[in-house]
Amino acid sequence: MIVAKQKPLEEIIEELQDYTKILVAGCNECVTVCEAGGKKETAILASSLRMYFLNQGKDVKIDEVTLERQCDHEYLEEIRKVIGSYEAILSLACGVGVQFMAEKYFSVPVFPGVDTCFMGVTEERGVWSERCQGCGQCILARTAGICPVSRCAKRLLNGPCGGSTKGKCEIDKELDCAWQIIIDRLKELGKLEQYEQLSPIKDWSTERAGGPRKITREDIRQ
Amino acid sequence: MKEVKTPSKLEKILNAGHLAVTSECGPPRGSDPNVIINKAKMVKDHVDAINITDNQTSVTRLCSIASCIHLKLMGLEPVLQMVTRDRNRIAIQSDILGAASFDINNILCISGDHQKFGDNPKGQNVFDLDSMQLIQTVRYMRDEGKFLGGDDIDRPPRMFVGAAANPFADPFEIRVPRLAKKIAAGAEFIQTQCIYNVEKFKLWMKLARDRGLHKKVYILAGVTPLKSAGMAKYMRNRVPGMDVPEQVVKRMSGVPKDKQPEEGLEICIETIQQLKEEEGVAGFHIMAIEWEEKVPEIVEKSGLYPRPRIN
Repeated sequence: MIVAKQKPLEEIIEELQDYTKILVAGCNECVTVCEAGGKKETAILASSLRMYFLNQGKDVKIDEVTLERQCDHEYLEEIRKVIGSYEAILSLACGVGVQFMAEKYFSVPVFPGVDTCFMGVTEERGVWSERCQGCGQCILARTAGICPVSRCAKRLLNGPCGGSTKGKCEIDKELDCAWQIIIDRLKELGKLEQYEQLSPIKDWSTERAGGPRKITREDIRQ
Repeated sequence: MKEVKTPSKLEKILNAGHLAVTSECGPPRGSDPNVIINKAKMVKDHVDAINITDNQTSVTRLCSIASCIHLKLMGLEPVLQMVTRDRNRIAIQSDILGAASFDINNILCISGDHQKFGDNPKGQNVFDLDSMQLIQTVRYMRDEGKFLGGDDIDRPPRMFVGAAANPFADPFEIRVPRLAKKIAAGAEFIQTQCIYNVEKFKLWMKLARDRGLHKKVYILAGVTPLKSAGMAKYMRNRVPGMDVPEQVVKRMSGVPKDKQPEEGLEICIETIQQLKEEEGVAGFHIMAIEWEEKVPEIVEKSGLYPRPRIN
């Protein structure tokens, strides 16, 4: 899933200072799972904003809605009929949802309520960590299913570097060295000899380096 | 004797069977060329080649290539250290050609410390290539005379290609396979991480010899003299991938503070003397960090002086 964390309340308030009719829009997908922008977080944030503006003696109308998804037309369309009654939208979806909202409702100011961080997993409740950077050309087949692009601080395709110490990364004692895990997995799978195969220079053009990416599938396109 | 492939003096010395001696100079945090020139003067008669570090520990400094050019202008033999942290493949190839245009004939290919350790922890890193792929790149440019993109290079670089090896990092079991991988990528000489744990280094060398790797690459054992017990503890506790055994820390702590530099030099010289006889050790890389003036003493007392004269 896409993992996000809510922005500090002060930053959100700063963004919304000039508006008196605001819709706080949560999203039922990834940000719900990582507890940053689901229905519950939307309700709590909307209450906090109401309280803040009330204390400031400002008459600000704060409504809330949580959409099934903000990255699909059909769910975003659900607010078309009410959008005209708001001066601004605070979207608690990931950066994808915020932008799709901005593109669709072109004349309405849209602000982000979360910082979108990475694609990752729930290690345990309250702990999420990165697993994929969407490089567009998966190499997991030759790295024992563990990704050095997203999990090695230097993205080394032929790691580990000299800074790997007791299974941890040189930049943070709490961070696992991806290459230690790759080697442990290779051993477990009885394929340690694979370690000596040189990983070729990567084609990064399918990653961010190649510019904004798009997939078009004519076979299913309507 | 192998065939000499480049005009590198370091390669010729190693190829002739001499124990080579290299040292390193860190460029200044400013544009005064005299800093690098003065450091080089301190070591020049006692070493065969001088590594110039490339923004080591990610702290911004005068660039490695310009520093190497200062050494060339003094008639010395630089080893250009190049990290992949700060350059994409365009800049890497371009910088290699720039260095080659000054006949800088040695390169050490490394990934570089993460920028988190330096003065710009909020900056981007590049890592378009890793250290092994940089080795492959230089070898390809030199041996095939081509750019990575496939076009011909007019006057290809003629560089003796080196890599770093850390026998002490984890996991230990892949440290020799990793050396083998660097050799397969095209590394011709190796400079190791500083050795304080001599026994562990010898074990690594033995495992390397078991695979015949010492005959495929010249291994220069890295040493750094300790200036104080505090430095020993700092390296043990704070420097990633560094192995400073308790007995070394104890030995440094066991002498009065004003005698500690002397003790550190003594340990360094003993390490070299022990390893001179180790089969497969082709020379020494003496990294006297901000203590370059002690390099002549270390080289002389280790019995590595005078240096061979080779044109």
